[in-house]
Amino acid sequence: MFKKLTILIIFTFFFAFNVNAGSDGELVLQEDEVKEIKDCFEKLNRATFSFNQGLDKVIIKPLAKSYRSLPDPIQKGTTNAVKNLSNLITIPNNILQGDVKTAIINTARLAVNTTIGILGTIDVANKMGFPKYEREDYGQTLGAWGVGPGCYIVLPVLGPSTIRDTAGSFANVLGGDPWYNASIHGNNEYLSEGLYIASRALSGIDFRANNIESFENLEANSIDFYASIRSLYLQDRENKIKNNQRGNIEVLYKDEGDWEEIDNQ
Amino acid sequence: MKKKIIVILILLVNLNINFSYAIGPDIFVQSTVNRASEILSKNISREEKISELKSVAKDTVDIKGVGFYSLGSMRKNLTDNQKNKYFELFEKYFLKSFSSRLSEYTNPKIEVQGKKVLNENYTIVESILIATSDRPEVKIDWRVYTKNPDNPLIRDLIIEGLSLARTQKEEFASILSSNDGDINALFRTLEKFSKD
Repeated sequence: MFKKLTILIIFTFFFAFNVNAGSDGELVLQEDEVKEIKDCFEKLNRATFSFNQGLDKVIIKPLAKSYRSLPDPIQKGTTNAVKNLSNLITIPNNILQGDVKTAIINTARLAVNTTIGILGTIDVANKMGFPKYEREDYGQTLGAWGVGPGCYIVLPVLGPSTIRDTAGSFANVLGGDPWYNASIHGNNEYLSEGLYIASRALSGIDFRANNIESFENLEANSIDFYASIRSLYLQDRENKIKNNQRGNIEVLYKDEGDWEEIDNQ
Repeated sequence: MKKKIIVILILLVNLNINFSYAIGPDIFVQSTVNRASEILSKNISREEKISELKSVAKDTVDIKGVGFYSLGSMRKNLTDNQKNKYFELFEKYFLKSFSSRLSEYTNPKIEVQGKKVLNENYTIVESILIATSDRPEVKIDWRVYTKNPDNPLIRDLIIEGLSLARTQKEEFASILSSNDGDINALFRTLEKFSKD
């Protein structure tokens, strides 16, 4: 049980920390993604956020800094390998979202990178000119199906999320992640729970290491760091669900009336 | 005749008349980032860089508009005195925040790639912060207010799809809601940020 919980936490760390999404406080078919996302448990969320910051300061950030001192090829190889593993979740989600073409491309990418790319450590597909890889997860698929994000929540260790995205994360351990299935349930002498946990932890450290300066800069220049992270997280998820890498103008400026009013003053 | 021309020229200069001309939003953004890049690559102290970046921001960003926007619906409830105090504090906060964020970069290379005219008031200028060995490429879009084509102004930066204006607005809203809508709490927070 403890092992499962550990796996679940580490798992979510990678996928939730890498950023998830939000909306109107109810897990219902969404009519309007542009609605405000409620922070229903703000006091508790702020307390959890402080706890996570402490944890980050004492454990995660020092680990990320140590990781950054490794030679560049090792870091690059790790980034590539964890990205390659994430493809195992992206492909079923491409299909669930009806994007069969991208699912085929990602399957070919996975095959090329896992074989010629030596277990994904070299992104051969990228060098061959494959289209840019975009991660998908079950939270995004639920969003694409019209499920509203529900309340914003901050999970211990795992960071920002929403009810919908947390529910989506559970799909991974309920059979939705082939890497989890093979590691935990597969009858394979080379794979184990330990390897699965290590791969997820490494993915988290890799993400944190790549964002040390960004977080420091953001924290130093925020007057409410909690609110900044919440805003950025929810914007990012909105963009990912809509597969819009540069942001959706309609979503970004949902309160365009504000500007019109300011201009007319 | 020559004398007359000289007199007119001197008058124009003395009267501080500016010859204005329309400038494309993409050219405006590229020239702004070039100014910022030049400052950041100078061999001067961080404080000096921040000071110079502040003057770039004053020239190119609609600070007053962004300030009003960040305040959300609260702006309708302020007295004139409160508005004046707010803008004084907001400008200091904004300039410090803006210049501190940028000053972390040394010699950043930003390349304007294109623009999308949304309407006569707004154009989105698309650019990228070119990757280095330490960080990947970053997409930066600039929302430029073009109502006065002679004097375009930046109203938002959208970094990898994330709007800084929206983030700032939500930060302000959070502070106000945590303090029962008390504008003085926001004033104190802005003041503290600028002083620290």
